[in-house]
Amino acid sequence: MFVKIDQDESRFKQIVRGKIRKELKKFMSQGELIGRQGKDLVSIPLPQIDIPHFVRDPRKGNGVGQGEGDVGTPIGGDGDQDGSGQGKAGSDPGEHYLEVEMNYEELAEIMAEELELPKIQPKGNSNLENAKPRYTGINTAGPESLRHFKRTYRQALKRQISSGTYDFEKPFIVPIREDKRYRVSHPVIQPQTRAVIIYMMDVSGSMGAEQKEIVRRESFWLDTWLRAQYKGLETRFIVHDAVAREVDRETFYRIRESGGTIISSAYKLCLQMIEEKYDPASWNIYPFHFSDGDNWSGSDTQECLKLIQEDLLTKCNAFFYGQVESEYGSGQFLRDLTDKFSADDRVITSKISSRDDIYKSIKEFLGKGK
Amino acid sequence: MIFEVLDWNQINAVAAYGGFPNRYPHWRFGMEYQEISKSYAYGLSKIYEMVINNDPSYAYLLHSNMEVDQKLVMAHVYGHSDFFKNNVYFAGTNRKMIDQMGNHRTRVVRLINKLGLDIVEPFIDTCLSLENLIDSRKVGFTPKTPQEREDLEENNEDEKLVKKLKSKDYMDKFVNPKAFLDQQQKKIDDDEKRHRNFPEHPERDVLLFLLEHAPLEKWEHDVLSIIRDEAYYFAPQAQTKIMNEGWAAYHHSQMMTTKILKDSEIIDYADHHAGTVAPQPGRLNPYKLGIELFRDIEDRWNKGKFGADYEACDDLKEKKHWDKKLGLGREKIFEVRKIYNDVTFLDAFLTEDFCHDQKMFMYGFNTMTRQYEIVDRDFRKVKSALLSRMTNQGQAIIEVVDGNSSNRGELTLKHMHDGVDLKLDWAEETLKNLQRIWKRPVHLETVMDEGKRLFSYDGKEFKNQSIS
Repeated sequence: MFVKIDQDESRFKQIVRGKIRKELKKFMSQGELIGRQGKDLVSIPLPQIDIPHFVRDPRKGNGVGQGEGDVGTPIGGDGDQDGSGQGKAGSDPGEHYLEVEMNYEELAEIMAEELELPKIQPKGNSNLENAKPRYTGINTAGPESLRHFKRTYRQALKRQISSGTYDFEKPFIVPIREDKRYRVSHPVIQPQTRAVIIYMMDVSGSMGAEQKEIVRRESFWLDTWLRAQYKGLETRFIVHDAVAREVDRETFYRIRESGGTIISSAYKLCLQMIEEKYDPASWNIYPFHFSDGDNWSGSDTQECLKLIQEDLLTKCNAFFYGQVESEYGSGQFLRDLTDKFSADDRVITSKISSRDDIYKSIKEFLGKGK
Repeated sequence: MIFEVLDWNQINAVAAYGGFPNRYPHWRFGMEYQEISKSYAYGLSKIYEMVINNDPSYAYLLHSNMEVDQKLVMAHVYGHSDFFKNNVYFAGTNRKMIDQMGNHRTRVVRLINKLGLDIVEPFIDTCLSLENLIDSRKVGFTPKTPQEREDLEENNEDEKLVKKLKSKDYMDKFVNPKAFLDQQQKKIDDDEKRHRNFPEHPERDVLLFLLEHAPLEKWEHDVLSIIRDEAYYFAPQAQTKIMNEGWAAYHHSQMMTTKILKDSEIIDYADHHAGTVAPQPGRLNPYKLGIELFRDIEDRWNKGKFGADYEACDDLKEKKHWDKKLGLGREKIFEVRKIYNDVTFLDAFLTEDFCHDQKMFMYGFNTMTRQYEIVDRDFRKVKSALLSRMTNQGQAIIEVVDGNSSNRGELTLKHMHDGVDLKLDWAEETLKNLQRIWKRPVHLETVMDEGKRLFSYDGKEFKNQSIS
C-alpha cells in the first residue's frame, strides 16, 4: 500500500519551525510523550498545534476514573484526556502502551534529538576511557547470579502448559535447565570525567508550589543530560532565603520558608562547597540558580555580580540562572545579570514563565555545549 | 471483512489518517504521524490493528505481530465489524466511506491545484475549528441534504387563511362567527411570525446552517460540506466507544479462550489481553469498562438479577445468591449491542454494585494543589458525573438561535450551559473562525463564573460583555 504521509509531515514540520503559516504560532503547544524512568514518569517533548474548538474547560467539572485511592489522592496526568467517551472506537487504532523502562542514556539521546543539543566538551582528563557493562540482552546460558527470574518462570509456565504438565489445581511452576534465561552484558565506553551540579533555589515566601514544580521538572532533565555526559555526576542542593543552607534532594523541592531574600548567601555557600571538595582543575562544575528575581537590596545584587564575575566564573564551566515567573517577583535580578554579562557567554540565563517553557529553557541552558 | 497486513511505518501512517489511506492533504495528519511514529520508535506504544466501518469492513494488521497476537486482533476486529453492522447508531453511516474519502481527497486536491495550498489550507483549518458543531441527536439517521430539506419544507407550506366551515351563505355569520374567525386568523398570523424566526427552531447542526445560509463561495461550500460529512461519519464511533471496545474485547476473549488458542499460546494471549484491559491510573479504560459491563449484564440476565422482585428484595444474602436460571444473558447482550449507545448503556446498566466492584471514582481539579484529585466515590455522584461527561460526547451543546440578530444579518449562537464553562481562550479563537465564514458579526451567549456573558466578534474586535 502506498501512503503519502511524507508531504503532510514535512508541511507540519515547516509550520512548527515557523517558516510558513505564521498565524498558527499561537496555537502551538508543547505536547508530550510519557515514558518511565524508575518510578518517575518523564515526558518527552512533542510539538503540537491545536485547532481551537468550543469546548468545555477541562479544569472545570468532574471526570470519572477507576482505581485505588482515598478522597484527595492525586491521580496524576493533566486530566485533559478523561477516558470517558472521547475518541473513536474501531478506527481508533488498537494501541498498546508499553511499560518500558528508559535509562538515562536513552532519555538523553531522545532529548538531544528533540532539542538539538550539542555534545559537551568536558574539562579534565577525557582521554581516560572506562568501559562499563550494561545488561541489555538475554541468553540461554550464563551464571546463576545473572538469571532473569521473570523470563525464566514465564518460559517454564509456557512449557508446562503446552506439554500438559501444568496442574490448574496446584499451580506450581518448576523451571528446568532449558527454561533458564540469563542477562547478557555489553560494554559501553564512557570518558572518565567528573562533574557536579550545584542547585541553588530561592525558597522565600514568593516562590509557590507551581514555581517549585517547574524547577523540579527542569532539574530532572538537566540531571539526565549531564548524567549522560559525565560518569559519576554528583548533585548538591542549596536553599536560601536570607541565609543559605545545604539540604538533600527531597527537602530541596518541598521546603517552604518565608522572609527576605539575600542571594549572595547562596553563592557564598556554593563557593565554599567548591573550595572544600571540587577542584576546578579536574571537576566540571555546574551551578544552577533558580529564583523569581527578587533580591533584598541593590547592594547585595552588586555583591552577587562581583561573586559571579570574580569567583564563580573562574571556577565553573558556566553560571546558569533560571528565573521562574511568580505573581510576586519583580524579576529585577535577571535584568541586572543581563546588563552586566550580556557579552559573556559563560553566564547563561533563562526566563521560565510556565511549564510550557521548560523545554525552551533547557535548550537555552544546554544549547551552548558548555 | 478484508485484512491487509502492513509494516509498522505503513500502519502508523494509516493510523495518522484515522484509518483511511486516501485522505485529503492536511498538516494535522503529519502531526498525528509524528506523534504515533515517535512514540513507536521510542518504544512507548505500538499499534497492533485498526478497523474501519465500511462494507466490506477493512482491517489492518501489523506485519510483525506474533501469530497469537494476529489471531487475537483478528477476533477483536470481527467484534468491531459486527458492532458497526448491527448497532443502530451506525445505520446511517456511509458504508462506502473508503470511496467517499477518496472522493473528498480528489475534490480538495483539485481545489489546491486551482487556488493554491495557501488559500485552501487555512480555510480547512477554519472549518475544522467548527467541526464539532453538529447535531449528535441526528447520528444514526442519514443527515438530510439541503435539497431534501427544502422539499420537505415546501410540502409543509401552510394555508394562510382560516378554513371556514361549509354553510349556506345566509347561515355563514352564525356558523363562522366573526370573532372566532379573527381569533383563528390571529393564531395563524402568529404561527407565520414564528415561521419568520430564522432559524425557525434553534438549530444544533450549525454546520448545516452555515452551508445553507452563509455567503460562501462554491469551493468554500465544498470544503465545509466535506468536513461536515466526515464529522457525521465519525460521530457514532465517539458515541459508542465504550460499548464498541467492550463488545470487541468480550468476543475476542470468548473466541480465543473457547475455540482458537493452542495451549502453547495461552501465556502470550493472557499477557496481551491483560495489557488491553488493564485500568490506566486515573483513567477510564473503555475496553475494561465495556467488557466488564457486558459480562455483568450477561450474568444478571442469566440469573434473573433484574426487575421488580430483585430490586424489592432487601436481604443482601439472598440477593447475592439470586439465581432464577433464566439463561437470558446472551440474548440480552445482543439486544443491548443493537439499540444502545454509551450514554444510554451506562444509564441503564451501571449499577451500584458494579461501580463499587470496579472501584470507580469521580475526580476534579483542585485549584489549591493544582492537580487532579479523587473527589468522591459515591455511586450517584460518580454515575451522574460520568453521564454528564458523556452527553453529547462531552462536547458543549451549542445552537444557532438567530441568523438575523438585530435585523442586521448577524449570527447568534447559544451555549446550553450545563455547569461547565467554555474554555475561554479557545472560545474566542473559534468565534473568530465562525466570523470568517459568516462574514457579518457573530455572537455567542454563554455563562462564565455563573454570570451570563455575550461574546462578540465583528471581524476586528473581540468583546466579552455581561448580559442579563
